[in-house]
Amino acid sequence: MPARRVPNAAGSDVAERVLQLQGVTRRFGSGETATTALDGIDLAVRRGEVTGLIGPDGAGKTTLMRLAAALMLPDEGRIEVLGIDAVAEPVAVQSRIGYMPQRFGLYEDLSVQENLDLYADLQGLSPARRAGRYDELMHMTGLAPFRRRLAGRLSGGMKQKLGLACALLREPELLLLDEPTVGVDPVSRRELWQIVYRQVREQGMSVLLSTAYLDEAERCDRVALLHQGRLLGMDRPAAFSKPLAGDCFALEMPPGISARRLQRDLQAHPAIADALVEGEHIRVVRWPDQPLPTDLLGSQGPALVFRPVAPRFEDAFIRLLRSPDEVPPPMPQVGPASADQGDEVVIRAERLERRFGDFVAVKGISFQVRRGEIFGLLGANGAGKSTTFRMLCGLLPVSGGHLSVAGHDLRHAAARARAHIGYMAQKFSLYANLTVLQNLRFFAAAYGLHGRRQNERVDWALDNFELRPLARRNTGVLPLGHKQRLAFAAALMHEPQILFLDEPTSGVDPIARREFWARTNALAEAGITVLVTTHFMEEANYCDRLVIMAEGEVLAEGTPREIRERARDPQHPEPSMEDAFIALVAAHEAAA
Amino acid sequence: MSKAGQDSRRRLRGMVRKEWLQILRDPSSIAIAFVLPLVLLFLFGYGVSLDAKDIRLGLVVEHMDSRSRDLAGAFVRSRFFRPHYYHDIQSAERDLTERRLDGIVWLRHDFSRRLQQPGGAAIGVRVNGTDANQARITIGYIQGVWFGWLEKYARAQGRELKTPVRLDHRVWFNAAVSSRYFLVPGLIAIIMTLIGSLLTSMVIAREWERGTMEAMMATPLRIPEVLAGKLIPYFALGMFGMLFTVALALWLFDVPLRGSFVTLLGASALFMLVALAMGLLISIVAKNQFVAGQIAIIVTFLPAFILSGFIFDIGSMPAPIQVITHLVPARYFVAILQTLFLAGDIWPVILPNLGAMALMLLIFMAIIRRRAHKRIA
Amino acid sequence: MNALLQVLALVRKEFLALLRDPRSRLVLIGPPMIQLMVFGYAATFDLNDVPVAVHNADRGALSRQLLARVEGSPAFHLVAEVDAEEALRELINERRAMLALSFDPNFSRDIEQGRSGRLQAILDGRNSNSALIALGYLRNILIDFNQGQSLRQGGPPLPAVLKLRAWHNENMTSRWFIVPGIVGLLLLVVTLVVTALSIAREREAGTFDQLLVTPLHPWQTLLGKSIPGLVIGLLEASFIVLLAVAWFEVPLRGSLGALYLGIFLFLLSAVGVGLMISAISVTQQQALLGAFLFLVPAVILSGFATPIANMPEVVQWISHLDPLRYFLVIVRGVFLEGADAGLLIHQYWPMALIGGIALPVAGWLARHRMY
Repeated sequence: MPARRVPNAAGSDVAERVLQLQGVTRRFGSGETATTALDGIDLAVRRGEVTGLIGPDGAGKTTLMRLAAALMLPDEGRIEVLGIDAVAEPVAVQSRIGYMPQRFGLYEDLSVQENLDLYADLQGLSPARRAGRYDELMHMTGLAPFRRRLAGRLSGGMKQKLGLACALLREPELLLLDEPTVGVDPVSRRELWQIVYRQVREQGMSVLLSTAYLDEAERCDRVALLHQGRLLGMDRPAAFSKPLAGDCFALEMPPGISARRLQRDLQAHPAIADALVEGEHIRVVRWPDQPLPTDLLGSQGPALVFRPVAPRFEDAFIRLLRSPDEVPPPMPQVGPASADQGDEVVIRAERLERRFGDFVAVKGISFQVRRGEIFGLLGANGAGKSTTFRMLCGLLPVSGGHLSVAGHDLRHAAARARAHIGYMAQKFSLYANLTVLQNLRFFAAAYGLHGRRQNERVDWALDNFELRPLARRNTGVLPLGHKQRLAFAAALMHEPQILFLDEPTSGVDPIARREFWARTNALAEAGITVLVTTHFMEEANYCDRLVIMAEGEVLAEGTPREIRERARDPQHPEPSMEDAFIALVAAHEAAA
Repeated sequence: MSKAGQDSRRRLRGMVRKEWLQILRDPSSIAIAFVLPLVLLFLFGYGVSLDAKDIRLGLVVEHMDSRSRDLAGAFVRSRFFRPHYYHDIQSAERDLTERRLDGIVWLRHDFSRRLQQPGGAAIGVRVNGTDANQARITIGYIQGVWFGWLEKYARAQGRELKTPVRLDHRVWFNAAVSSRYFLVPGLIAIIMTLIGSLLTSMVIAREWERGTMEAMMATPLRIPEVLAGKLIPYFALGMFGMLFTVALALWLFDVPLRGSFVTLLGASALFMLVALAMGLLISIVAKNQFVAGQIAIIVTFLPAFILSGFIFDIGSMPAPIQVITHLVPARYFVAILQTLFLAGDIWPVILPNLGAMALMLLIFMAIIRRRAHKRIA
Repeated sequence: MNALLQVLALVRKEFLALLRDPRSRLVLIGPPMIQLMVFGYAATFDLNDVPVAVHNADRGALSRQLLARVEGSPAFHLVAEVDAEEALRELINERRAMLALSFDPNFSRDIEQGRSGRLQAILDGRNSNSALIALGYLRNILIDFNQGQSLRQGGPPLPAVLKLRAWHNENMTSRWFIVPGIVGLLLLVVTLVVTALSIAREREAGTFDQLLVTPLHPWQTLLGKSIPGLVIGLLEASFIVLLAVAWFEVPLRGSLGALYLGIFLFLLSAVGVGLMISAISVTQQQALLGAFLFLVPAVILSGFATPIANMPEVVQWISHLDPLRYFLVIVRGVFLEGADAGLLIHQYWPMALIGGIALPVAGWLARHRMY
């Protein structure tokens, strides 16, 4: 098969297509709030392949999945699943597919076994075949020891695997997985991919899988790139990155230059489409036929050395979605947070412990954060990072150990102490019924800003976070990326010294994530201390120092480089943060 | 057994088993299905009563002599009153104002003398009319004591009391005139509404909220199986609630069951289906628990309480409201319940009400059949 | 000063969040209007048009006269006149009549000859309360008739007669009793739902954590959460009081000051309970369920429809925890009895106590509720 070919072109064998969409359009709502979730999509999934549906939040991935599972009717167009018209015969389609919705569709108050039994009944798996199939799936997913545990008590990764097992019970011909890897740790993600490929290899199963993780695109046989309801392209992952050959570089860090500042300057340069701190170098993608800015550091500074590297899917994605004349977002203007930029420790956790009943969520962890640092808490859902985070913010009492934030325990500190911290909650919690402006005004007032001072800060937020055009919109209807900007602005209204950011990039598309990190870097430059949690391993590279957590314990602490170094071995000559994480977890499990 | 039939049965069995496990493990299901019915039963069985007893009666006797003592004694002996003696009307009236008394009977100092005189004696009676219902009942009891005393007085004088009309009344079906006898059976309708409509609609909404409905819909499950999978467990739960209430009514609260148990069972089964149909309809409209709960309370629970004849007499409501009550299924069931428990199998009452419920069920089912589909939006 | 501005911002935000959400607007307007209309009209113990069936074997004029009086009363409505006494049984059984009257064949003759004419009444006891009330109405007609008849026959008058006076509600209209009660009922429902959802809504959206990390004092948060409930409650209360007076024509005899003091304290306790429910709930659904689980017994035990005095000792004791119990006494006292604040002092302080305990507990729970 040629490397590049348009899948929907005439000539390909119809029998090869297990899913086919022709001119599918789907709209939601009516009147002013009407949106077009999918707009004239033509797409085909081939037998025996893993097709990835890639796109940022709100691109229309879930709508497409539901249409394919015959759970929704298209407004226009035809959908054929395994040769069956999905509009006319939904049950016939559903008898032959496996479908795992977002959040896995498990009954949380039923045990693992009870969930399996239920889905076996619903899918008509004959009792004779059950025992064998159960054993096989439980072995494959590693859930065998937890059969009696309630599904609600499983970790994110285990839930994901149980959801997958339920969808696989009857060996469907087509497997539909809607965001199966959201909020799941790298180890579980890797295992999921292994299970999926095993099905494809052994059963000849076809898979359509949606994901917001761009690095997963490269694991697919074929990728459909969805953006704002339109199909931007569908091809093999390599075919997307091929046009970028010769435009991707790794820039070794000149000594004594701040990586963050360099990255910021590169990003602002008109020739550069993307600049990303990655380990010891900055990954640079330029616009086609543009000269590289080797003299960025000025005539006095050292010339920059760009080493060509192979393009990746993510590079292609960013360059596809960005436009060359786009003005880079303004960086928040902040005054220096404090005169002394020394190594003063502002957050200190010592043998921090948190129990919920018998369950120990955080097992005596210790770390320190210094002024002006970006400090990361990395780990999967359920690793204990959110619990740690909530204890640091004073939202949860500690069960044991000691902690101080700017010299206070926020749990007991006077309200005044809390005036120095900014907090951005998970899911960008804002008042959905209030407009952007009302939200900003409220948070300003809650932090004690009134009158002229309040107006100044609100203006600052509207300008620096590009919120002015949205000021009178209801917050609830904003896209996630805008909500994130607003939440970030709200956390900065009172010019805090320390910033707590809980999963600030979850569910946000890669471009918004880049903007977010650019802003965060600018804040750190200005001397603000930032504590951030994330489950995106590659984002660890933005941190000055970080801890990696699993099962309530700190597996490693250090700079990104130090942590990556630990995973260096012959197999991984240049380990990524994800490699490091997986190696750490494996070592931890081996020790246990 | 065909393969398709076997699969279908298996799917249904799986659904029903899952639902049972969830009911038993979910605290809010337990709250609605078990705690609230029990609370209601005990409140209505023990706490709530429309009958007046222990009426705090002020007996103002300004001059105590044999006759006034005799009349006052008649009040003291009545089982309805808890009397207090006063010597002057002022202090009694003050206590009435301050709600320490429910009523006053006032015998003036010339009571005995005036009894003999042509004009007769006036007995002053004051009741607190704020609670009109209680006031009327109190007056009724005072009248009863007064009349009994008049007869006795006349006999003591050696003559018959002359009353042109002598009323002889009988209260059928509830000779003890206890409100518990009609409140407790009516509760069956309330409890079944709670389980059938409130719980069912919230449980289905929860499946939408948690995304399990989506996973279920993507299996070969068919719509009738989805509906039956929900109907069967909650039907069983509702019938269990009914049996439990009946058992308590009969053995704890001593309410008689004069009709046949089979009729009760049949009528309850029909009403349970109607309540479930309402729950399903609500869950078609409301896909989150919060909205489902609110609609269920406003559309099913409150009407079952107020507009069903459970406490308030429908015949005395204004005509437009009477029309609305015809849309409340509980109205028909309460009528059947009160008749079955206290009067017996009176088919002319039971049949039309059963018919009305059956008609409602058919209409609801037709709407559900049209509106329910395996689509998400 | 600054602290008060912060509270003000909280209150403003709370109102915006409430009023900009169509769902919450509905909660504020829908249920109160429905309940006011339904309770105002449907919830009454007064009987109108009680269906009456008659079997009259008497040929004389007196039974006709008595029947005319029965029929003339708005409480009764003659639906059937039957020839056989047996037919009465059927009419009662089938609920076509609630009251059946059967005149003795010699009814008129007996009376004219100085004896008592016999009249039998059969009442449908399936709703025993209605039966008793209907009997009461019938008795009053008879007492009246008897006195007139005795006088006309020149017989001796009764040696003693009752001079009845119902205080506060001269005509004993149930609506006068129920409608002021609705003020309490609706206030409880609305404030409880508004406040019960307020913290739970923020918890669900994650904004409550945001609030907790701001420099707001716990008392500021508590105040910010309570004031909207109080303000909305006061507005709704005024509206319903106005409707009660202007639409349902219930007399308002006491001092408005005493009434509003009661409303304020009652709202305080309701807000406290609502916030307590909210503080222990994680989701809005739980909060709604919690509010419902509190409301149902609170209304039943309050004396709204049935007197507390009739309840067993233990249940009466429990009802002391119910703020609605006290408020109903106040609202009815002010409306009908013309009570002033001094007379109601023993109703005020328990509500103040309930509010004074519930609010701090709610504040504590909101901060310490574990996840």
